[in-house]
Order: sequence, then structure tokens, then C-alpha cells
Amino acid sequence: MLGLNKKDSTLLIVVAVLTLFAPFILNPFPADSALAQFNAGYPDLMQRFVVFGIFAIGFNILFGLTGYLSFGHAAFLGIGSYAAVWVFKLFTYNVVPAVILAVIIASIFALAMGYVSLRRSGIYFSILTLAFAQMMFALAYSVLSNPKFNLTNGETGLQVYADDPQMFHRAGLPDLPHLFGLSMRATYDLDIGAWSFSFNAGYYLCAVVMMVVFYLSIRIFRSPFGMMLRAIKSNQTRLNYTGLSPRPYALAAFVISGAYAGLAGGLMAAMDPLAGAERMQWTASGEVVLMTILGGTGTLIGPVLGAGFIKYFENIFSKINDAVLHQWFAFLPDGMEDFVVFIIHPFVGKGWHLTLGILFMLVVIFLPGGLVEGGQRLGKWIKSRGKSEETDKAKIEPAE
Amino acid sequence: MDSILLQILNGLDKGSAYALIALGLTLIFGTLGVVNFAHGAIFMLGAFCAVTLSKVLQLSFVTIDETKKDFLGNPLKVETPYVEAWFGPEIGASIIDWAVPLSILLAIPVMIALGLLMERGLIKHFYKREHADQILVTFGLAIVLQEIVKYYFGANPIQTPPPDALLGVANLGAWFGLDLPYPIWRIVYFCFAALIIFAVFAFLQFTTFGMVVRAGMADRETVGLLGINIDRRFTIMFAIAACVAGLAGVMYAPINPPNYHMGMDFLVLSFVVVVVGGMGSLPGAVLAGFLLGILESFASTTWATTTIPGINQIIIYLVAIIVLLTRPRGLMGRKGVMEE
Amino acid sequence: MGILEVKDVSKRFGGLKALSDVNLSVAENTVHAIIGPNGAGKSTLLNCFVGKLIPDTGSVMFDGQSVLGRKPYEINQMGISRVFQTPEIFGDLTVMENMMIPVFAKRDGHFQMNAIGDMMKEKDIVEAAEAMLVDMNMADKRHMHAASMSRGDKRRLEIGMCLAQEPRLLLLDEPTAGMARADTNNTIDLLKEIKDQRDITIAIIEHDMHVVFSLAERITVLAQGTPLVEDTPQNIKGHPKVREAYLGETA
Repeated sequence: MLGLNKKDSTLLIVVAVLTLFAPFILNPFPADSALAQFNAGYPDLMQRFVVFGIFAIGFNILFGLTGYLSFGHAAFLGIGSYAAVWVFKLFTYNVVPAVILAVIIASIFALAMGYVSLRRSGIYFSILTLAFAQMMFALAYSVLSNPKFNLTNGETGLQVYADDPQMFHRAGLPDLPHLFGLSMRATYDLDIGAWSFSFNAGYYLCAVVMMVVFYLSIRIFRSPFGMMLRAIKSNQTRLNYTGLSPRPYALAAFVISGAYAGLAGGLMAAMDPLAGAERMQWTASGEVVLMTILGGTGTLIGPVLGAGFIKYFENIFSKINDAVLHQWFAFLPDGMEDFVVFIIHPFVGKGWHLTLGILFMLVVIFLPGGLVEGGQRLGKWIKSRGKSEETDKAKIEPAE
Repeated sequence: MDSILLQILNGLDKGSAYALIALGLTLIFGTLGVVNFAHGAIFMLGAFCAVTLSKVLQLSFVTIDETKKDFLGNPLKVETPYVEAWFGPEIGASIIDWAVPLSILLAIPVMIALGLLMERGLIKHFYKREHADQILVTFGLAIVLQEIVKYYFGANPIQTPPPDALLGVANLGAWFGLDLPYPIWRIVYFCFAALIIFAVFAFLQFTTFGMVVRAGMADRETVGLLGINIDRRFTIMFAIAACVAGLAGVMYAPINPPNYHMGMDFLVLSFVVVVVGGMGSLPGAVLAGFLLGILESFASTTWATTTIPGINQIIIYLVAIIVLLTRPRGLMGRKGVMEE
Repeated sequence: MGILEVKDVSKRFGGLKALSDVNLSVAENTVHAIIGPNGAGKSTLLNCFVGKLIPDTGSVMFDGQSVLGRKPYEINQMGISRVFQTPEIFGDLTVMENMMIPVFAKRDGHFQMNAIGDMMKEKDIVEAAEAMLVDMNMADKRHMHAASMSRGDKRRLEIGMCLAQEPRLLLLDEPTAGMARADTNNTIDLLKEIKDQRDITIAIIEHDMHVVFSLAERITVLAQGTPLVEDTPQNIKGHPKVREAYLGETA
């Protein structure tokens, strides 16, 4: 199908089905039950799943295939967002030109940054990209936001104001990002019994885009170009002595992943027409690294899994407060209950970053192959116990 | 003339901090071959050693002074720090006053213990793994450390004043007829940094231990073949590097009120310093630290910021990029270090 | 006029003179061995051929063109392939993919942005790679991870990858170093086969005299950075200077 082999086609279909039916799948609990807090099927969160999925898929093309660890990819995400918001401000709320421009601008920046950074490899490269990203952050946060020349609107963030020109904006079109008139916030709520499902236009736009870029990433993985990228990761010396300079391949991979990040940033702005410097900070770059390694570096499905996993738990953890904890552990004797809540407290609510850091370390130490490898190990273990039943995890076939 | 000298002086304190952190980074990288993203967090923990000690010293018990009344007419509550009760009011007060320098005594064992724990507990297992994994795991550790500090100390900067005696401003140029007002504590900081840098170099240059470490930096395998237990020495080296960064943090607390993310801020810049100085070159790290600190100070002048708004925030990165494009090995980098 | 002409090449590392006034000519379609005791400068010399080092003085000409100042990949494109002391292969890739990369490099030359096509559908590439695997007797290992093979198989794969580029000059840097006797003999047989069946010049650096005397047609003896003597294997065996340099070193 679409030039893919059977295994890849299955994977693509599985991802397509999961994303299209996500509003159902992510809302398994009735709307007013106690477990409803574990539902993830509301538009805002689902949009984040796919947008960060796109970001991580792109990052994986660079890090997973070539092994070049960039610590600056959040910069492209931010640049994409700024570009999109400027299109909203100056021309139109239609998301198509905004997203296209976001990709183009981010690619141009990626080309410049990659050209310089790729002159060095290994840790030098990581530090260089980090320095670039911090510079971009400083530029966006303060330098390019002064009365003389205000490109980013600094701390407040760039947004659309009523007196912006919006040259091609007509009456009758929504006063929000839209796709040829269909507002990104348009949501259809479906109630079935106690369950409630929402279908959001913005989510479906992002989902379709994600499937397209996921398909492209499969093609890249299977292409001669993808093989060269894996060769770079495996042995640059041999590649050099095979008459091929690694640099143009690595640069192409860098620009592609930068374009993916720009696309994600553009879509982010299309969902919520706002761009702030904080999404360019290096902790944001670290987050996409974590998504990729948590899911499984160099695998096809890993980054998507990782992005979903982290964004889901970020959401859940941030909602948990002491009251919720006490409710959970109410079955314990009083003293025990307080003690358990006291132990867990630093990790939830505002402590999500602490959990994230610990998760980061645990994954790198114990599960360098990420969830995909974990799933494979589990699958093997189950098989070796003589049970041939198919598990969900077994669907996640090794990408390579 | 005065203003140029003043900018140079102003750059010295930040430069000292960069130099000390970069020195530790280079030592760790040169000896263990590990890129430590948690090194900035150690600097931050150092600063919080000072915060902790000054808080602990100010721990007080409350007594009720029946002879005085507060404005509501109730008996006045008097808080007396325990140290004042133990050592008498005068000595006690000066102990509290000198909390920051005293923190050095606390920080040295704490930092050495922390360094040993980090190396033995975590870094050791990553020698044979890829640089990417080393970066990632220390990055995770840095996040954990800073979040723990945030949990206990909050997100806001905490004022930690230097001793009263070192609080004021000295006019350094008085002897030469120049006008150079400069905070005394910054002079102290610079001298302290210079002392530590000198001590580290002397240690490496004149002790057998240092000689082995230097040989190990040049060629680890050969030294290992000589039957010298290089790993244990490297562990100690890690502890020393942690100590240097920690002390740099302790003394920096009065200059900039410590907050939980100061380590990250300094780490990124210190990495840039290491790269500019030349990976694996100790003198390069120190030189680049001071140079970039001074450069940043010049970029912060009103003249510079009105000409190019915000230049002070990006100047270091710009310089780093230019240096790397023209001299890929940095100012004093050796050939063959991290080449392929 | 040989295919590889080395004129007055010198190279210093700090105070150490690694090579001084090396002159060497490798004739086309011969097997030329460069031998010498440890530290004689053999590897330094080889690195000057492939662009890893640039000599301080002198010239290195390949087929009438200077190789100096060119990058390793450019020199490779001129027709020089190199086999390393420890096999340099793409360990994370399968044997088949390892073989496809040099075939791609041969067909496409420089950078190609072929990001959408399926590499397994490039018929000519797959066929050429498979043919070379058959030649190397490795067709049954095509789906293996290259890193999981034995040392001897890795060497065999590396040589195959070099041959897949159809180089005019094949450089071998101690191809049997660290190998068991059986693997060494297999490698010798493989190299003999290559020599007999292909139009190729082979320059080999070797420590193992057994390997050298079973393969070489010309031998250059290097000692302390200078060529001591160059002759046929028979004459070299009995040469007093060689015995002195070698026996003096190893006794």
C-alpha cells in the first residue's frame, strides 16, 4: 500500500485508526464517574498529543537515524509558531499559509544552524545546538522585543490584536484560525449514554497532518537516504572511505527535522494563536529528546508513543493535588495515609518536572531502547513462556 | 579610561564563575571523558549551601519579654537565634553575619561527598556508553537536583548578603587617581577564584597525584598499563571538580541571589566557555572564562545596549560561533581531543 | 610510471620524525607489500595516501593526480579503497545493507537526496550487492547484523565492500592482525583469489611474514621512516640489511 511493505502498511493503518478514533479511545470512562479524570479525549490534550507527536517524529529522523543529539530543536518549534502568528496578524486567519510559512522559515533557520553545528560532531554538536537555541531564546525573549523593533512581543508573547491589518480577512470568516472557513475550535459533542465524546476540527487537522508526516518518515526510513543516515550513526569513518561525505546527509536530516519542528510549531499556533518564547527554552528541547528516547530512538512508532505518554502523564500529574491523593489512599490507616501522601506529594502537581527528570534517568539507565524495546522484551518473555497469544505490545514491531 | 577599566572589573566576577565551572567541566571531561550536564547543578547546590547555613544559623527560639509591650499591648515576643544564646550575643551575631564565608566549611565536605556519590553511583556506569547517553543521564540528574531545590526553597531568588564588613564599595583606583567604585565582595570573589584556580593548577603540576592525572588526560590507556589505579584517582578528581564548582557557588550567592535554575543558566554558558577555550585544555577554560565574562560586561554597557538592543544577552553565543567557525578547536584546544 | 607514486614524503610529529624522504612506486596490477618493524612509519605512510594525514613535504600522486589536500571521501572517489586494521563496517546495519552502501556510492557518486524511494526496490543495486555477497561467500549471512559476525567474516565483508566500489587501488592495513590462524589463511586465500580474478592493484602493510610472502610480488622494507630496500620476495628473504633490521628488532 502506498509503496510500503506489508509490515509498514499495517503499522500505518494501526496509527491511522488510533488517531481517527482517538476521541473514543481516549475517553473510556463515563463523563461524571470518578475515573473521568483519567480521560484524555478532550480537544486541547489530543491536539497536544499529535502536535508533539509530529515534533518527536521529526526529531527522531535526526537523532534516531544519524545519532546527532540536538539540544536546540525547540528553537524551530518556536520559530514556526512566531511565523504562523505573524501570518495571522498580517494576512489571514487561514491556517494553510500560516503553517506553510512556519515550515519554510523553520527550515531556513535549520539550514543555517545545521550548517554551522554540523561542522563538529558528538558532544560539540550537542553543545553548539544548545548554544544556538539559547541564543534564539534570548533573541525572542528580549532582544527582538523592543520599542524600535518588536518581532516577538517578549514576555507577553505574540498574539493577534484587533487593530492588526489582516489584509485578507473578510467578514463572515471566523475571528480565529480556520481552514477555509472551518474554525479550528469547531467541536461536535456526541453523548452516548453516560459517555461524552468531542470531535474537534483542529484535532482532526493535526491528526491528518501527523499521518502524512508519519507516512513520510516511514518512507525516509526505508529509502536509500535513510540507509545513509543510519550508516552515519553506525560508522562515519567507513562512510568517508566509501566516497561519501556524511555532512550533506546529516544536514539534510537536520533540515528535515527542523521543518517537522516548524510544522509542529505552526500547528500549535493554529490551535491557539499565540507564540511565546518559553516554548523555545532548552528544557523544551530536552522534553522532545525524552519523548524520543522514552518511546524508542530510531524506531518508527517510538516517538509518537513517547510524545503521547509524556503529554498524558503531564496532564494527569498536574491535576493531582493533596486532596486527590488523600482520596486515593483513604483506605490506608490514617498515619500511613498521611505518610504516603507526604512521600508522593513532591512528584505531583507542580512537581511534574521532578518526575520527568527521574523518568529521564531511569529510561536512560535501564531502558535505553525505550518503550518499544520494553514491549519487545515483554513479548519475547511471554513467548518464551510458551504462550503464543498476541499482546497489544506485539503490534509495535521493530522498525529496524 | 576609567569606564573601560570598570567594565573589565565588572566582568571579572562573572568571568570567575565561568572559569571555575568550566575548569571543573574540563577536568571531568579530560580525565573521565564524560560530559557532565549536572555540573551547573553542583554550582547551584553550592549557592544553596550558603542559603541553608545562613538560615540554620538564624534559627531562633521565642521568649516573651514581660517588661516590654508591642503596639497591641501584649507582652513582646523576642526571637533569639540559638547561636547567640550559645556563644553570647556578640559572637553569635558575627557568626550569623559571616554565614556565607562559613558555608565554605560546610560546602567542602558536602560537595566532596556529592561528587563521590555521583561518580560512584551514576557516572561510573556510563564510561563505556555513548556520549549521548552520558549527556542525557546527567541532564536528567540536573533536572532532578534543581527540582528538589525548588521544592524546598521555592522558585524565588533568596537574598543572601555578605558579611557587613565586606558589604560596601571600595574605590580601587584611589591610589592611581582613577575613579573606580567596586563592590568589596566582588573583589573577594575574584581573589577567591584566583586562589582556587591557582591551587588546582599547583596541585596538578606539583603533586604525583596531579602528574598521574595529567598523564591520564593525555593517554588513559597507557597510564592504566603502568599498573596505576587510574580509576580511583579519577574518582577523586571528580570530587575535586565538584568541590570547585560548589565553592564557586557558595561565594557567588551574595552577588546574585540564588534561585533554583541558576545552575542551568551558568552551565550553558560554561559549556560555551569550554568550547571556546578548547575542549580538554585547562588554561583555555580559565582564559576563555575571563575573556567572555569581560566581553559580556562590555556588551552590557548602556552604549552597547542602545546601539544593538540586547547584545549583552547573545554576545557570548555569537563569539562562540565565530570562534568555532574560525578555530574549530577553540583558543587553546589540542589536536586529537574529541576529533572523531 | 606506477599507479601510485610517492616522492620525497616526510612527516614530523612534534620532535619525532615519522617519515623522512620516502620514495615509492607501486606498479599497476601488482601486489606490493610494505613491511617493517613496529614504529617504522608504515601506518603513517598509509594515512598519507588516503587523506587522513598530510605530509610536511613531498608528493603523493595517484594515476597522475595529486591526492594531497583532498578529503578521504574525495580520494576514495578517485579509486582508492582502504581496509582497516580493525574492520570498519556498519555494525548496526545488516550485511546486505553494508554491501549496498558502496554500490550506491559507486552508482550515484556524490550526495543524493533519495528520501522517498524504497532502497530494496533499486533493482540494479540489490543485484550488484547480492552478486558481491555471493563472490565473498556470504550470501547466507545477508540478514545478519554486521556487528554480530566473527572477526574473519567482518574482514571478508569489509574487503567485499571495498571491491564493490571497483577501486583501482586497494590498500590493506594489516588485514590479518589479531586473527586466528584459520581466519588468517582464509583471508590469504581470499586475497589471492582477488588478485587472480580482478584488475586491481593491491598495496598491503603487514607484520605477518607468512602473509607477505604468500601474496606479495614486490616488497618495500621500511625502517625508521625510510625505505631500506625494495625488491622481489625472494631477494628480500636473503637480504642482509633486512635481516639486520628485522632480527635486530625482534631478537
